[in-house]
Amino acid sequence: MSPRPVAPGYVRRFSRTERVLHWVNAAGFFVLLASGLVLYLPSLAATVGRRPMVKDIHFWAGIGWVCALALVVLLGDRRGLLRTAREIDDFHPEDVRWLSGRRPAPQGRFNAGQKVNAALTAAFVVLFFVSGMLLWLGERDTRFRFASTVVLHDGLLYVSLGLLVGHLYLAVLHPATRHALRGMVTGTVREDWAQEHHPRWGPSPE
Amino acid sequence: MDEERHPPGEELRHGSDGHRRIGRGVFLATVVGGATSLVWGKAAWSRVSSALGGAEAFVPLVPTKGWRIYTVASTMPTFDPGTWRLGLGGLVEEPASLDYDQLRALPRTTQVSDFHCVTGWTVRNVHWAGVRLTDLLARVKPLPTAGGLEFVSAEQPYVDSLTLKQAQLRDVLLAYEMDGRPLPREHGAPVRLVIPEMYGYKNVKWVAEINLVPEAEPGYWENLGYDQDAWVGRSNGYTS
Repeated sequence: MSPRPVAPGYVRRFSRTERVLHWVNAAGFFVLLASGLVLYLPSLAATVGRRPMVKDIHFWAGIGWVCALALVVLLGDRRGLLRTAREIDDFHPEDVRWLSGRRPAPQGRFNAGQKVNAALTAAFVVLFFVSGMLLWLGERDTRFRFASTVVLHDGLLYVSLGLLVGHLYLAVLHPATRHALRGMVTGTVREDWAQEHHPRWGPSPE
Repeated sequence: MDEERHPPGEELRHGSDGHRRIGRGVFLATVVGGATSLVWGKAAWSRVSSALGGAEAFVPLVPTKGWRIYTVASTMPTFDPGTWRLGLGGLVEEPASLDYDQLRALPRTTQVSDFHCVTGWTVRNVHWAGVRLTDLLARVKPLPTAGGLEFVSAEQPYVDSLTLKQAQLRDVLLAYEMDGRPLPREHGAPVRLVIPEMYGYKNVKWVAEINLVPEAEPGYWENLGYDQDAWVGRSNGYTS
């Protein structure tokens, strides 16, 4: 298949694999958040009931989430994702400057905050999965039972909720940054917006 | 999957011109910190909450007040004061069926105790009001052949048991009030068992029947591999 043409005045910011990975992660997270809150909040637990069923949904959603992420990586553009991972890993001196709040600090395709958010999100997938599996196994076998598993799983919930609120604010509400949502939906962003917010990236129109 | 070209990224210069590999550091530090918290997490959490003015001042900020509601059936039992009865039977001289007012008319006692769940969470300083098991036993008069108590929950098929000796510990209650209010539905309304020395699964909610039996039989969680004697810190794989 030939690449889908990019409209004049727009540049490609995210590949299809990157977008699918983002939305699979987001969808899985919301299913897990909703079922997890029913398990966690006493008022919701009393209203909804059916804890055994909600527990099954939460457990299988977690398994499905991680499997779906792995599938996207396996079937998608692995080389492109590796390149993305290197971009997230690599901090330009301007990125460090950006994090310390000094401006101007011209940014690349990802700004330093997005890099930190991506690294944290990836780490949280690992930790949510490991602590969730330990909760499930620990119910069945004392060798997997640790008094702190539930503290870790809850702590991840609170921190990731904070990250999510900030992420949603910047992606949906904040006027200067919400154009980025278009990039994650369609793959392309306005060239002038990219120049303004990500000048060190400097993509050329395809 | 990807018929589109990967977008050109920024120029990478690992290790030169002041570039630093920070992304992997953030990832690895978070994974390692999180994984090791399986060892230090609970201790650190109690230290933080006591530093913030003690559990009592801090816990109300958490939506759960520190509790988690665990149930095994698909619906939570509903309490109807008009029809509710507590059956007291088995190996006793005087079996009884108490309605809610009769239960409330029994000698009332209050206590403040901690509640520990086998999954690791703890709620400190819960204010309970209810009837001591010893007072209840004095009323029904166990036969000499009775060696245990079976607590049947209205949440079927939940059941658990204690030895007669365990049930006669001073702070074992049938609680109908929690933190100054009638026991909420999700905590076992109208009455639950409270035995602070043991993990939560022994603290049967929605108690509907108490039967004196020859000896304590395995309950719901015991049949799934949990210890019969659920002493806090000394059972179910815990040693401290």
